[in-house]
Amino acid sequence: MTGSPVLEVRRLTKLFDQVVAARDIDVTIATEEVVSIIGANGAGKTTFVNLVTGYTHPSGGSIRFRGQELVGLPPREITRLGVCRSFQMPQVFSTMSVLENLMIAHGLSDRGRGAGLSALASRDRVEACAELLSVYRIEAYRDRPAALVPQGVRKLLDIAMATAREATLLFLDEPTSGIATEEKFAVMDIVMAALAERKATVVFIEHDIDIVERYGRRVLAFHEGGILADGPAADVLGDARVREHVTGRRRA
Amino acid sequence: MPARDRTGAALAGAFVVFVAAGFFLPSWAVSLVILSLARGIVALGLVVQFRSGLVSFGQALFFAIGGYAVGLAGLKLRLTDMIVLTVIGVAAATLLGAGLGFLMRRYREIFFAMLSLGFSMLFYGLLVKTETLGSTDGFNVPAPTIFGARLSALATRTLLYDLTVAAAAGAALAVHWYLGTILGRLDTALRDNEVRVEYLGYAPGRVIHVQYVLGAALAGGAGALTAMAVGHIDPSMAYWTTSGELVFVTILSGTGSVLAPFLGSLVFGLLQTYALQYAPSVWQMILGVALLAIILHLPGGLWSALERNRARA
Repeated sequence: MTGSPVLEVRRLTKLFDQVVAARDIDVTIATEEVVSIIGANGAGKTTFVNLVTGYTHPSGGSIRFRGQELVGLPPREITRLGVCRSFQMPQVFSTMSVLENLMIAHGLSDRGRGAGLSALASRDRVEACAELLSVYRIEAYRDRPAALVPQGVRKLLDIAMATAREATLLFLDEPTSGIATEEKFAVMDIVMAALAERKATVVFIEHDIDIVERYGRRVLAFHEGGILADGPAADVLGDARVREHVTGRRRA
Repeated sequence: MPARDRTGAALAGAFVVFVAAGFFLPSWAVSLVILSLARGIVALGLVVQFRSGLVSFGQALFFAIGGYAVGLAGLKLRLTDMIVLTVIGVAAATLLGAGLGFLMRRYREIFFAMLSLGFSMLFYGLLVKTETLGSTDGFNVPAPTIFGARLSALATRTLLYDLTVAAAAGAALAVHWYLGTILGRLDTALRDNEVRVEYLGYAPGRVIHVQYVLGAALAGGAGALTAMAVGHIDPSMAYWTTSGELVFVTILSGTGSVLAPFLGSLVFGLLQTYALQYAPSVWQMILGVALLAIILHLPGGLWSALERNRARA
């Protein structure tokens, strides 16, 4: 299944004044891996994603995507290379309809020169995006402004927008946060089914241990900006230090 | 889904009506329509920026650049063809806008507004200090010709009117097309969420740059037409009150359609004319009250009142 490294992070460090948000992170992620990142609030999970996708710049270290250094590149260039992300708080165009949101994402994924001057609502694009909305099962909301749809729908829209481009590496920042417990598995099933065909490498941040066990074959446990444990889900979740610092003692 | 787009048909209809009306309108009304449509062309550029949440408070810069380009081309190069001069006005403003755009694209909100104001006042100051361009008095623009022919004053005025109507229709059509493209639709996207635009792989600054150049080109063309219609240019074209008037017209019009700025500008022109005529001492107060009424009761501008009526029908 998995093969050559797609992401190689070496000695990645980020200091916010005196606070260490990322501490000497070393991690390699191979193609088509599905990796879950766990950790308490403030452990540096989102900081890690922000660093890789260029939202914040590291204080030191290197991030290589398929051999190319990402440090110093703005998010738009990292996105164009094929590293896409969704957000913990859905980042959508709130006054535009759900369909338009996706059409913008779809339109901007076209790399052709002058592609920006092609019609947004071309028949092909409307069809392709309507299709994508049905894959994510939110087609019922297509003409509603994104600000007025339920949080779960907005969350799926955010993920759909991140995947409109043929991403090689996809980061999902807490895809199930803000979604009712009984719907979490359904949402993850939809997302994972949609991504399975893409042969994309997926890294997702998750608080819900049941979700982590079910979908993350490999788990990275973050603690105080560093990686506490890295390995198959069962091993990491069984690790004594992870139980103490991350998952709590409920399984002890 | 939004109602079927009738902008093209409405535009064609308005074009025919205006050209036909040109043969019947009294001279003062012809001037009023030329100046109003020209102002509408500038406001059209502002509408595009408004949709991104940006307000240029210095659009008079490009308006004046267009005017002075025409004046100088007439004075130094002996060019008088009205079409050539309009193109020169557009070209001069476009070049300047493309250059300044590299700076403007880095700013938002009040900083964008103030920087644009700063540039226009800089140019105003420059014009006032330049004795060879007539300083505060400005200078006269020679009567325009068409295809090498110098016609009677009346015929020239009618042709300039037709050219302005054509330019307004062309500008509206072009902007309407632009707003339907991916780049054009990014205006609202940018106002809603700049971070997401960046994370979809597009530089937000580039959208703003394109809008800024578009606005400059439109204002330059409008400035050229205005200079020819008035027959005179002076630094007040670049003064901040001119910019303020343009923003006023944009708010009055609303951003609902590319036709809105022309409606708003014509209403503004009539309001100004009649207010000046019947209440010369308080006409600015009348404009102020009108603006207040619009902001309080029609935040979407005059165009939103039209749409509301249509929805009710």
